[in-house]
Amino acid sequence: MKLHEYQAKNIFSEFNIPVQAQQLVQTTEAACQAAVQIGCPVVVKAQVLVGGRGKAGGVKLAETPEEARKKAQNILGLDIKGITVQQLLITQAAQIEKEYYAGLVLDRSGKQIVLMLTSEGGIDIEELAQNDPGKIFKLAIDPADGLQDKDLEPILTAVFPQQLIQQGNNIIKKLYNIFTEKDCSLLEINPLALTDNQLLALDAKMVVDDNALFRHPELLSYRNEEEYSKDEEEARESGLSFVEMDGNIGCIVNGAGLAMATMDIIKLKGGVPANFLDVGGSSNPQKVVHAMQIILRNKNVRAILINIFGGITRCDDIAKGLIIATEQMDISVPFVVRLIGTNQKEGIELLEKKGIQVSSNLDDAVKKVISLGARS
Amino acid sequence: MSILIDEHTNVLVQGITGRDGSFHARTMQKDGTNIVAGVTPGKQGESLDGIPVYNSISEAQKEHRIDASVIFVPAKFAPSAIKEAADANVPLINCITEGIPVLDMVKIYSYVKERGLRLIGPNCPGLISPGKSKIGIMPAHIHKSGSVGVISRSGTLTYEIVYNLSQAGIGQSTCIGIGGDPIIGSSFVDILSLFKNDQDTEAIVMIGEIGGSDEEQAAQYIQEYISQPVVAFISGRTAPEGKRMGHAGAIISGSSGSPQAKVQALKDAGIPTADNPSDIPALIKKRLS
Repeated sequence: MKLHEYQAKNIFSEFNIPVQAQQLVQTTEAACQAAVQIGCPVVVKAQVLVGGRGKAGGVKLAETPEEARKKAQNILGLDIKGITVQQLLITQAAQIEKEYYAGLVLDRSGKQIVLMLTSEGGIDIEELAQNDPGKIFKLAIDPADGLQDKDLEPILTAVFPQQLIQQGNNIIKKLYNIFTEKDCSLLEINPLALTDNQLLALDAKMVVDDNALFRHPELLSYRNEEEYSKDEEEARESGLSFVEMDGNIGCIVNGAGLAMATMDIIKLKGGVPANFLDVGGSSNPQKVVHAMQIILRNKNVRAILINIFGGITRCDDIAKGLIIATEQMDISVPFVVRLIGTNQKEGIELLEKKGIQVSSNLDDAVKKVISLGARS
Repeated sequence: MSILIDEHTNVLVQGITGRDGSFHARTMQKDGTNIVAGVTPGKQGESLDGIPVYNSISEAQKEHRIDASVIFVPAKFAPSAIKEAADANVPLINCITEGIPVLDMVKIYSYVKERGLRLIGPNCPGLISPGKSKIGIMPAHIHKSGSVGVISRSGTLTYEIVYNLSQAGIGQSTCIGIGGDPIIGSSFVDILSLFKNDQDTEAIVMIGEIGGSDEEQAAQYIQEYISQPVVAFISGRTAPEGKRMGHAGAIISGSSGSPQAKVQALKDAGIPTADNPSDIPALIKKRLS
């Protein structure tokens, strides 16, 4: 789960990482008032989860409240990488003397948390890692030991001047506490700016592990529609894993790997998938009904492929769900069923009684669904 | 031969009285696995189709030699189940459970590693040496005993590919699902190093997917150390960037984890990648002839 800058900064404040006064606004009038309350100059910042908003014109300085109103007008409704800006953050402008970068990431291959620090802040860290990796100082942290001063000090000394080491130490330890307490997979301050002898978090990026949300009820209200569409959110609540795509062949599959491969085969054979959908391991017929409902809401869908390789999932449960769906809903597009694995015989029997044909070969089923989609 | 498990492997089921645990304990037993004991705290003395239930692994170990455990407990409790197996020195720990927080796995990974034990998963279907033993949830009947090793980050996609292999008359030595999470106990490289020394594994199928760089590391390892032919499949070629595709680990973030990088790394290492899972049997036959 990705957090907006203002959400992450709220958490920074709770943990006493210094941030500037801020207000979230949705209108130009509110932007103007926020500028009055905070005191000019202010920065008007688009709140979107995609990167590169500065380059896209989504971050502007305003010297007066009136100017804040104008800048807000320019930015609200702006399209940044396909996302329409609906919210702005108004913050105090800072006199920046120097920009640093501090980030914590989960290192998948090293199976550790890695701290990254550099005095080249304000840049794209991936670019720096590629072009000048020597400028990034890294520290692998075993969470069983925590972040130790003896390990942290050498890289603090390498990055910060003497008078900032204590402040840096303080901020990075708090950042580490947030990372572990809130189950982050990414947490960045970029830039970590030096202003008037003080280090300040001017921007924040935070990604929380979805698997850990069960122990963070306080974060649930931070879920953003920009990351999860209404359909995706509804799917999640029904225990389905669903991602919208831009094609016209709807897919219902069991298992993430097979669901991805099914989309790939559709593409390979000349079709375009409309979605990724994994009905998950357990076989509850109702899930199939939900899946059908969500897919049929997409008006681009011309045909649907149901591809089930039963293991934990039982084919007869899927068949039952499909029959309920055909009885409860008006399924206006053709669908193709491929059913194999656990209780395959029972599942096929149920469907054939209802006049629904079943393929056992995936390639054939894909060819068939593409040709049906082209005709409907 | 096979790797990790065979007909002599004694298996304990953690969470044996739960919905999934009891169903799969019975199925595994029916498929010929030596299920010698089960654990559910507070249920010692009960039995499930003749399998004795104990309060803890150490209680079970007083009566049985335990070579492997398989975990079916919910995500909230799975890390402590893995820890219990590690404390009891179970040499092979398989965690089927999906949805474990990744920082819990970071801690558990080093805990298991420090004790010199092997963890497979989490979020995986388990492993099977066809005709000998099955620890996990895959349908045994689609497998066929033979000489191709299969390693995969996926469950059902592995069934699809195994089914294609068996239909084409190509049997398997051992099939392992290593799991779809970002942090897993055994990587492709860890399992490849076992197949490398298995004289009866004549070829290997590796099934990867988007996210992370495990496939790239495997490609390099195969080029340097593996003498058997390897063929691969990478799923998620149509996946959009930044979206988690079901598996917690299946996400392309920036330049990392893209399918193109993986296919390229495999190609550079001389490993053919099938565009379609149904092409794999032909690729294997070609490499073995």
